[in-house]
Amino acid sequence: MAATAADEAATRDVQRLLVQFQDEGGQLLGSPFDVPVDITPDKLQLVCNALLAQEDPLPLAFYVHDAEIVSSLGRTLESQAVETEKVLDIIYQPQAIFRVRAVTRCTSSLEGHSEAVISVAFSPTGKYLASGSGDTTVRFWDLSTETPHFTCQGHRHWVLSISWSPDGKKLASGCKNGQILLWDPSTGKQVGRALAGHSKWITALSWEPLHANPECRYVASSSKDGSVRVWDTTAGRCERILTGHTQSVTCLRWGGDGLLYSASQDRTIKVWRADDGVLCRTLQGHGHWVNTMALSTDYALRTGAFEPAEASVNAQDLRGSLQELKEKALSRYNLVRGQGPERLVSGSDDFTLFLWSPAEDKKPLARMTGHQALINQVVFSPDSRIIASASFDKSIKLWDGRTGKYLASLRGHVAAVYQIAWSADSRLLVSGSSDSTLKVWDVKAQKLSTDLPGHADEVYAVDWSPDGQRVASGGKDKCLRIWRR
Amino acid sequence: MNILSYTVSVKDIVWITMRKRERRKVERFMNVQRRQENMIGLKAKLYHKQCHAEKIQMKKTIKMHEKRNTKQKNDEKTPQGAVPAYLLDREGLSRAKVLSNMIKQKRKEKAGKWEVPLPKVRAQGETEVLKVIRTGKRKKKAWKRMVTKVCFVGDGFTRKPPKCERFIRPMGLRFKKTHVTHPELKATFCLPILGVKKNPLSPLYTTLDVITKGTVIEVNVSELGLVTQEGKVIWGKYAQVTNNPENDGCINAVLLV
Repeated sequence: MAATAADEAATRDVQRLLVQFQDEGGQLLGSPFDVPVDITPDKLQLVCNALLAQEDPLPLAFYVHDAEIVSSLGRTLESQAVETEKVLDIIYQPQAIFRVRAVTRCTSSLEGHSEAVISVAFSPTGKYLASGSGDTTVRFWDLSTETPHFTCQGHRHWVLSISWSPDGKKLASGCKNGQILLWDPSTGKQVGRALAGHSKWITALSWEPLHANPECRYVASSSKDGSVRVWDTTAGRCERILTGHTQSVTCLRWGGDGLLYSASQDRTIKVWRADDGVLCRTLQGHGHWVNTMALSTDYALRTGAFEPAEASVNAQDLRGSLQELKEKALSRYNLVRGQGPERLVSGSDDFTLFLWSPAEDKKPLARMTGHQALINQVVFSPDSRIIASASFDKSIKLWDGRTGKYLASLRGHVAAVYQIAWSADSRLLVSGSSDSTLKVWDVKAQKLSTDLPGHADEVYAVDWSPDGQRVASGGKDKCLRIWRR
Repeated sequence: MNILSYTVSVKDIVWITMRKRERRKVERFMNVQRRQENMIGLKAKLYHKQCHAEKIQMKKTIKMHEKRNTKQKNDEKTPQGAVPAYLLDREGLSRAKVLSNMIKQKRKEKAGKWEVPLPKVRAQGETEVLKVIRTGKRKKKAWKRMVTKVCFVGDGFTRKPPKCERFIRPMGLRFKKTHVTHPELKATFCLPILGVKKNPLSPLYTTLDVITKGTVIEVNVSELGLVTQEGKVIWGKYAQVTNNPENDGCINAVLLV
């Protein structure tokens, strides 16, 4: 393959360069060889796949000195000073094999809630959809017919946050009174006892990862009263209380390495050991409330043993023994994590983001500035290469997931952007805003792909199903909309 | 008797006057009672009605005070205005977020009538709005008129050749921006004018773009970030002028939603 490409070019009189393929971790692939300067990414892909000796050819993206090779190697190098004597390193990045298609139309507008829809979440396999609302109910929706399935009463105040267990068998919902209830999506009934203990409202819920415990027994909750509680769902009691924050805990994440991360309005992020509740580290640096956090392995932890590439049109439950699920989840987690430790990005009211490596260091890896208003949500892409941040300054900014370098700004919304969600192949991003529209952005082109108007009032919650087929959004106009291709 | 007992100190005077006051109060009250007994007929009925109303009010205030002292069980109804967790500690951040009611707009447009805050305006004669300018060698010709009210000229405005321009719009009375108040949100913004839609005084003033009290103008609202149901951004809306701009030096208007 390499020989034929080289031969073709030899007939033409073109400048030639020595290149060496390198993967993201820095490992070299093959040995350096000669290519003409005007080689295109397709040819590079053929060569690389041949060197990788894979059965199915992978789609790859190539980067030279952080610039992507789009048209030909020569064009990309024009802007940079290149020494033709030295060997050029081309970094290849495998892209997701499957492609998620952009959603373009609203297939249904599901009414039923009598108050604003505050939170929306797809189950890890994409089979069920749950929504929490200000009318104190949690509703399950049947996705194949797009009709209501179950209405779960039990809370006595607004349902602020909902979270699926990684195996998709349980849903935890937290309300403004500080109560947590667990629901079974297949019957719509409450599971176990109500978990009460927090004195103020629940701000976030996070389950223990599947690869740590395939039974999905423990869930952690953070609240405005400044404490984090770890609950045992089978016993129905509070296992551990982690206090230390002086103000409301705004965000909570259960990492894959057995660490619990909590961000608070007292401008710190605390790292706890999940098994014994010991405070490991306090990350300081922000100048105002820390609103949101994201882990590089978030998507893998959320979907557990479900592989989006293997999704079928009709979403199914996860099958297999607990051991099988645990192994699958662990392999997916290790793949996304890569060589280094998990990375954490935090967004704050002081208009900046910090990139941390919390398991290693107290100092941040990078400080990302540029936003002109507070940052409402940060999300890592599923392949952990890009960070997207939604802010009240009507823009979404993209940053490199490894170094924190600024990539692009996505502008188009006319009011504050509230929430964003990535598609499973990391190529598309959907954002919901206060101006009642959703927008789908193409990340590679860094442009708007589709505009999705239709909501009558602010859009409070957005989610993209892990199988990539649907986007669900809910807002102040009390109806839940499902968008498909 | 002691001579000293006859001298009255300041303290005593105060005490005596207080007692007199109290006695007078009681007398007044007694008079009231006597008045009540003496009233007959319609006068009595009205008086009793008034007393009854006052009694009810007094009872209500007493009950309110009682309620304040005792602790009541909270109402079971959940409060309105549910917001997600990230908006809970933030209040009043989003300023002019308005839900544009498309159905109401369409109905209004169909009817051809607009419900405006100022339906009637004071009629102003032509002599008040247009001042006669005398021209010519002997200042005999009187065909030119100068507008004495505030007016709006567009961006690409160029005067007609002075020899044949009939209406003069002085530069000092040309305005581009207006202070527009949103009636529901009670927030005021300074927005550029796009044009004059209708001046209620006369169609002549509409063509001349004269702005007086009650004129409906079109303003550029892209700053507010309003969006229609289809997802298009609204950038022009009507507003009605509420002050006399020629007296104040600024144009105040209220947005027509």
